[in-house]
Amino acid sequence: MPSPVESAAEDSRASFRAGVRAAIPYAAVGGLLSMSFGVLARDAGFPVEAAIVMSAVVFAGSAQFAAVAILAGGGTAGAAIAAAALMNSRFLPMGIALGPSLPGRPALRAAQGQTVVDASWAMANRGDGTFDRWFLFGSTAPQYVTWMTGTTVGALGGDTLGDTSRFGLDAIYPMFFLALLIAEIKDRRTAAIAAAGAVVALSLIEIAPAGIPVLAASLVALWGLRRREQAA
Amino acid sequence: MTETIWLTIAGCTVVTFAIKAFGPVLMGGRELPDRVNGVIMLMAPALLAALVVSSALADGEHLHVGADTAGVAAGAGVLVLTRAGVLTSVLVAAVVTAGLRLLA
Repeated sequence: MPSPVESAAEDSRASFRAGVRAAIPYAAVGGLLSMSFGVLARDAGFPVEAAIVMSAVVFAGSAQFAAVAILAGGGTAGAAIAAAALMNSRFLPMGIALGPSLPGRPALRAAQGQTVVDASWAMANRGDGTFDRWFLFGSTAPQYVTWMTGTTVGALGGDTLGDTSRFGLDAIYPMFFLALLIAEIKDRRTAAIAAAGAVVALSLIEIAPAGIPVLAASLVALWGLRRREQAA
Repeated sequence: MTETIWLTIAGCTVVTFAIKAFGPVLMGGRELPDRVNGVIMLMAPALLAALVVSSALADGEHLHVGADTAGVAAGAGVLVLTRAGVLTSVLVAAVVTAGLRLLA
């Protein structure tokens, strides 16, 4: 009979493997996205190694695209970093939501928090306010691998691909998020919250810097403070 | 230009690390009241819906409906109406977008 410690380790491994499996389609999509990132970064004047290093250490798609677009348009490093920070600001509420599910000292929790990417965070969400951290780590692992592979292919082969918008690659991001969203809509309540989040973001797009509309939409979730009239 | 690029990469690394570390460091290991869990549960649909509209219906900081919007609508249709997976719906979205641009 396994000891409680052994069976906990077994559960962690099972969660990790389930996370890996669940993330495979998202990892494949991430590979396409990072390929277009590699091409875009080279077009913006990035050396091949800079594009690859950026994917390795920043590992946040929309922030990378935003920073490169600003440099390509002649912007300063400060402006590019600020745009990346705004795009990543959604990881603040995501991290606050995840935090209670992470054990260990602050430094260890900070390290675990680095594994948050949109798809992993959404899928590791158990739906009761807690997260399965091993599922999170498992689902981020293949996404990291394809993010690096795609960036490398795009950065090295970009010249032969040319303008990636010809291939409709810019439709991939919204479709990726939409697939995650559809999986999250479980009842009328979540559908209403999604609609409200969309309205908040849409109403701010023209007047606020990129990134802020998404951050502001997270405030819609405060609706959850209301006492539930009935079980969801 | 190369220094600007490396400076940008270094800066993005630091801010991304800090943003992702903030919540886990602040909230780690705490038991939250049920009502706060209720807020957390609703964050995913709110954030994801905002990401969808800001990437499908906007071009930077301007509202913009284009071939990519139509492509995403086609991909969504395939995802909801058939049992196709994420990868298929993404490919449909990209192919429809590319096709419309070819025609335009």
